[in-house]
Amino acid sequence: MTPELSESQRPSDWGGLSLSVEQVELRFGGIRALRGVSFAARAGEITAVIGPNGAGKTSVFNTISGFYRPASGRVLLGSDDITDTPVYGRAGLGLARTFQNIALFHGLSVLENIKLGGHHLMRSGLMSSLLYSKRAQNEELALRAEIERRVIDFLEIDHIRHKPVDALSYGLQKRVELARALAMRPRVLLLDEPVAGMNREETEDMARFILDVQEDWGVTVLLVEHDMGMVMDISSHVVVLNFGEVIASGPPAEVRRHPEVIRAYLGAEAEVAEEAVA
Amino acid sequence: MNAPALYELLEYSLIGLLSGGVLALIALSFVLVYKGTGVVNFAVGEVMMLGAYLYYTGNVLFGLSPVPAFVLSLLLIALLAVLIERLVLRPLAGQSAVSVLMATIGMASILHGVVESFWGSDTYSVPPLLPRRPLNFSEVMIPGTAIGNFAVAAALIIAFILFFRYSKTGIAMRATASDPVTACTLGINIRFAQRLTWVLSGGVGTVAGVLIASSANLSPLLAAAALSAFAVIILGGLDSILGAIVASLIIGWIDAVTAGYLGGKARDVVPYVVVLAILVVRPYGIFGTRTIERL
Repeated sequence: MTPELSESQRPSDWGGLSLSVEQVELRFGGIRALRGVSFAARAGEITAVIGPNGAGKTSVFNTISGFYRPASGRVLLGSDDITDTPVYGRAGLGLARTFQNIALFHGLSVLENIKLGGHHLMRSGLMSSLLYSKRAQNEELALRAEIERRVIDFLEIDHIRHKPVDALSYGLQKRVELARALAMRPRVLLLDEPVAGMNREETEDMARFILDVQEDWGVTVLLVEHDMGMVMDISSHVVVLNFGEVIASGPPAEVRRHPEVIRAYLGAEAEVAEEAVA
Repeated sequence: MNAPALYELLEYSLIGLLSGGVLALIALSFVLVYKGTGVVNFAVGEVMMLGAYLYYTGNVLFGLSPVPAFVLSLLLIALLAVLIERLVLRPLAGQSAVSVLMATIGMASILHGVVESFWGSDTYSVPPLLPRRPLNFSEVMIPGTAIGNFAVAAALIIAFILFFRYSKTGIAMRATASDPVTACTLGINIRFAQRLTWVLSGGVGTVAGVLIASSANLSPLLAAAALSAFAVIILGGLDSILGAIVASLIIGWIDAVTAGYLGGKARDVVPYVVVLAILVVRPYGIFGTRTIERL
């Protein structure tokens, strides 16, 4: 018999959850980083958060992850209020993320890094882990088998599984980080600039993987990204932030034409250019 | 070199290498905390000493047999480690490395004072735990306790290496040590991991303390054994368990050979001179990470 993970974690239960941010206020001293931000990422769809530098995109992500506690407002995962859930507790509820600057564990292999994503799925406690009991071993085997099948093959990283992560190219490291997030069996996946610093080819690969994840796994994806082409291509919903406020949100084609958005991205520069000419 | 001189060198060398085992345990106690929580813990020697006194109290004063006395001292040290982590180090999180270091020096003084006020500064003899019968290989004689201590230390260190390499909790602790923020998003309870780091460090220190006390004797001077461990840690690289092991064997060997040929006074100086010389060539220690901070 092949060892199995706990019943409640079967694939049928993995579908995406919606994620809502409601009236979130975030302050650092006198600075209002987020001013009553509200938006929702619909279950099983790809939603992008865009905006100029300093608009508050990363603050939104860190609030959703739980690193920042909002002064007011709520974060809902499905119908659960997770505003006060500690960071490590959110993994178990189905929230996974990647980081803007690759946050892999140096000195560990690709497989070890990815397996850490499944850490929260293993039930055996400290004692059985200390004694390396039969149960802990079985759980470990089950997790590994699942990761091999569902994550490593899926992301086409078989050939590098035993390499130390430090030896990989930037694009591959980003992919391993995505693999680790998938090993968490996320229901909502937060991707912080998944294609930043990638070349055209790597960007296209990553975009394809994100679309595959959303289609095959039914996971809700929320991403922050500067690459406009990619955002417009893959997202079904776009939220635009500027100075800590949502200035527009809707389908990509609509947002692209929104006057506020055009002003936020081009306006300041256009005005400066006019002044310079004058 | 004639035969007796060769036997003499062999004997000093073996005794030295074997003494490196306990030294490695003390170093491990330090490296665990540094690697796991970034704290430079100068109270390693005092925790080890207190562990030995607790064992002595259980075993000799209350008449418990060695195993319960040992388990009891481990539990009490674990409790102390949890309290230190919660009451001293967590409030200092985010402070400069020097403030935290000063706090550990303060803890060392407090623990020293506690031990002296409870047990005084007399020297006690602790019943031996391990067989004392020396082993003879023709002309070379090795004290039994040296072999026993080494065996215990080696077994414990191997267990630790396996724990960190393969167990779920061990891997989570490594992840926490390397990047707590990311570890947290993966669902690892980093406060628990850090607390466990302190408990394991205290436990390893207690084993070292009991081994030293039961093969020599027990007095507040026991804490000074951690001084040679500091030479080991700096030589091995603050954050490397492998480095701590190799450096312990080196320091143990130099220590014994120096004491054998040049007498007890020289052993206080020569190992440190060698460490200084090596650090000139490799400033981050033999196995240490290059990016390591220097205090």
